[in-house]
Amino acid sequence: MALLRLSSPHAHGPMSTARVMQNVLLATVPGIIVLTHFFGFGTLVNIAWGCVVAVACESLALKLRGRPPGFYLRDCSALVTAFLLCIALPPYSPWWLIAIGIASALFLGKHFYGGLGYNPFNPAMVGYVVLLISFPVQMTTWAAPRGVGELPGLLEALQACFNPASFDAVTAATPLDVMRQNNSLLVEDLWQRTPQFGRWAGIGWEWANLAFLAGGCWLLYRRIFTWHAPLAMLASIALLAALFYDGGSSASGGSPLFHLLSGATMFGAFFIITDPVSSAVSVRGRLVYGALIGVLVYTIRVRGNYPDAVAFAVLIMNFAAPFIDHYTQPRTYGHARGGKED
Amino acid sequence: MRKIFDFHGGIHPPENKHQSVRTPIADAGIPPELVIPLSQHIGAPAVPSVAVGERVLKGQVIAQPRGFVSVPKHAPSSGTVSAIEDRLIPHPSGHSAPCIVIATDGQDEWIAHSGTPDYRQLDKAALLEKIRCAGIAGMGGAGFPSAVKLSIQPHHTIQTLIINGTECEPYITADDILMRERAQQIIAGAQILAHLIEPGETLIGVEDNKPEGIAALRAAASGTDIEVVEFPTKYPSGGEKQLIEILTGKQVPSGGLPADVGVVCQNLGSTVAIHDAIVEGRPLISRVTTVTGNSVREPQNFQVLIGTPMRYLLDRAGYEPARGNRLIMGGPMMGFTVPDDRVPVVKTTNCLLAPTEEELPTPPPAQACIRCGMCAEACPVSLLPQQLFWFAQGKEHEKLEQHNLFDCIECGACSYVCPSNIPLVQYYRASKAEIQQQRRDHEKAEHSRQRFEARQERLERAEREKEEKRAARKRAAEEKARQAGGDGEEDPIQAAIERARAKKAVQQAGGGESELEKLEKAVVSARKRLETASAKLAEAQAQGSDLVDALQTGVDKTRGKLEAAEKALQDYQASDSAAAQDAAQPGDAAQAAIEKAMAARAAEASLSPQEKARKDLKKLEQRLQKSRDKLAASRESGEEEKIIEALEATVTRLQDKVEEARIAVQDAEEA
Ligand code: SF4
Ligand code: SF4
Repeated sequence: MALLRLSSPHAHGPMSTARVMQNVLLATVPGIIVLTHFFGFGTLVNIAWGCVVAVACESLALKLRGRPPGFYLRDCSALVTAFLLCIALPPYSPWWLIAIGIASALFLGKHFYGGLGYNPFNPAMVGYVVLLISFPVQMTTWAAPRGVGELPGLLEALQACFNPASFDAVTAATPLDVMRQNNSLLVEDLWQRTPQFGRWAGIGWEWANLAFLAGGCWLLYRRIFTWHAPLAMLASIALLAALFYDGGSSASGGSPLFHLLSGATMFGAFFIITDPVSSAVSVRGRLVYGALIGVLVYTIRVRGNYPDAVAFAVLIMNFAAPFIDHYTQPRTYGHARGGKED
Repeated sequence: MRKIFDFHGGIHPPENKHQSVRTPIADAGIPPELVIPLSQHIGAPAVPSVAVGERVLKGQVIAQPRGFVSVPKHAPSSGTVSAIEDRLIPHPSGHSAPCIVIATDGQDEWIAHSGTPDYRQLDKAALLEKIRCAGIAGMGGAGFPSAVKLSIQPHHTIQTLIINGTECEPYITADDILMRERAQQIIAGAQILAHLIEPGETLIGVEDNKPEGIAALRAAASGTDIEVVEFPTKYPSGGEKQLIEILTGKQVPSGGLPADVGVVCQNLGSTVAIHDAIVEGRPLISRVTTVTGNSVREPQNFQVLIGTPMRYLLDRAGYEPARGNRLIMGGPMMGFTVPDDRVPVVKTTNCLLAPTEEELPTPPPAQACIRCGMCAEACPVSLLPQQLFWFAQGKEHEKLEQHNLFDCIECGACSYVCPSNIPLVQYYRASKAEIQQQRRDHEKAEHSRQRFEARQERLERAEREKEEKRAARKRAAEEKARQAGGDGEEDPIQAAIERARAKKAVQQAGGGESELEKLEKAVVSARKRLETASAKLAEAQAQGSDLVDALQTGVDKTRGKLEAAEKALQDYQASDSAAAQDAAQPGDAAQAAIEKAMAARAAEASLSPQEKARKDLKKLEQRLQKSRDKLAASRESGEEEKIIEALEATVTRLQDKVEEARIAVQDAEEA
């Protein structure tokens, strides 16, 4: 019998791309549960419909590019994009909004660049920003959390998605909006006057953030990614918030805790900026990358015009990732410290 | 406790070492046929010193080393040389190479040999020579001749001698079992090495997954100043550079040697072999090899003769070929598949791994790189494997070198962890090979470019010189014209003196080379070239180099050129003796010209100035014609550049002279 000739190494570790993606999907579950608890079934419906669209778009894109869809679908990356985008969208989004978002994410954000691994931008965030710019109204209305407004049931959630005209949601400004628009009240008074505020940040938001933090820690434990980028981002947000807290005056940007537990902070830190494809690659690079995203997030939140800033901050830093990589190449064994010798 | 350092990255693949250490080292026996490749090491292959049909004894030298980086080969058992021919050898490329084949006679009859237990009497050169003559080359990795590695350059001081007992590759237990069973020899071997190198400290580095081996070594080392250092198991801690970092915290500079940071490393197996060679006088003719994998029923370690066909060895361990589909020499991380199970065991065969498909599955097709960075985390050299992969795909060689591709030790850690199953190492190997090929090509191109530029510059310089000469001549002519205009009547003597002076000036301005000198120089340099070429040819013939043909052609060509140059010189002297004389003695030219002019004045006193001028012109025109003919002829016959240049110069000069003479005729007629 002829012996097989193969190149070393002959052994392979247990990890596979599909496993990585499945781990990420699994890690979003606590966050999704919390969101559902506080905002109703909207997010779940978003995700369900988003996954259907994603599989369809991915298959179509692969067919058009002449790749076998079966093999590539198995890496689950399209599902991850769908999950991430649908979690970021406001609950009770209409079906067409989700479809446009997913299609933009997969076509514009991924396959136009040559598919998974070649996309310079985070596909989910590309989809999100396309929607935010095209449909600002739909994108900036959030359902009121449990306790503030009446939560719709599952049927109503489905209705909201597939027959949006017949659905009338109870909405409320998000705590980040409230904080940004405030210029007359001390932070303490603001807290008392606004029903959406909870213990540390917004009702629902604080727990959702903690849930995503838990999911992220589990991924860290599973060594799906390293702590560098998330920690750097959280640290820089906290640092800036602390610097500009201003003792809780009416001009305050909000406390560090408020920022860490508001909006998409934790979700962004552990699920968006850790997208390996579009982030910086080296350890030092990821520190820089994460920290700069934190700076942008805080700045846009406090000074900008958008409700949350993670999407823009991530896309802007995606641009910068190659440059960061260029300047943060690790020192190779046996090379002099600090740059290259020749 | 010694401080243990860590290195970046690394992985923990399943060790699979327990299977093969359950039984002691077994003797594999004498196979009917031994196949000894002439090259089992890095460096020049050895040269056979036996003939087909000759009987050889165990331990007899059968091939001599060639050059410094080379080692001899010995007969592993007694028998008859049955063939010296190309056979398949275990090499990643799977190619064939010259081997000496011995049909064994089963008597295993030793050649007379004796050891030197009191090796401390020997001087270092003699010790090194003994190690070399015993045919010892690194028995773990690439097989670098030990004697070369142990020859310390005078500018290096060795602080640390490290015996590498790490054995970090999964499955392999050859060193482990040596430690358990032959700790004494290891320590004795280490002492020989320490005597040879005189390091500040001698360490034996072992991963902590070999507690039995460590205990045995420690017991044997008690009372010596050899320290057995244990450190956490992590692949690839056995890489020489990684081990040095673990034990000393120092990094070997990229492209440098361990000795640059005061360290020398020796493989554990080689240390035992060195002990056997020095103390017992036994050359390296057998080694301990692990035979393992689920396709063998009884995985274990064997003492096996070098040259034993792998199939013979595998059968000793109960090989079931039907269960596996590949055979790996070395471990699962860095070993390579052999093309055929009849290839021989060589000095670097530390393991034969016969896995089943379930054990080491054929890799699934690669998926896209998701830049997850797991490879970068695993890389022991702190490279960015995903970037290297990206650049390798795009064949961006410059970027690859910028990202230090050549520091990659091909350990396979990156491929092991890659979730997308990308065969990264394969890409790196291919890129390295491409870049090396390109460098060679580039060097060649650079060489010819330099040659071209040198030639170009020579031509330009010649052109410049010509130009300067022409300018000087023109100045001289103007001077003459001015004087002629000033005097009205030309004094031929004065004119001749002026002319000679002008000529001298021309020669000085133009670098002082007359045609004659040029031709002479051409002859001399052609002769010189012929001499060097002949010398080279003789040398090449003596060495039996395959350049002889090329050199022969070169010599013939040079000889042809020399003849042509000589002929040109003769022609020149013969056809233009007056001019030659003139030119040959530039120092006396003025005197000669004066005399000539005086004689001519006497003779031409009767001639009118017009007639005289016309006569001059005619003479010059004849000379010009002659020179032109000669130039054309030499061009046609493809004469050497230098000669043609010289002739061209002559023609130009004569043209100028003719021009002057014409003006003189006109002047004379007008006057
Ligand atoms: S481990 Fe594989 S998939 Fe991950 S970055 Fe490295 S090459 Fe890409
Ligand atoms: S094979 Fe090369 S690039 Fe990959 S981990 Fe080893 S040294 Fe690093």
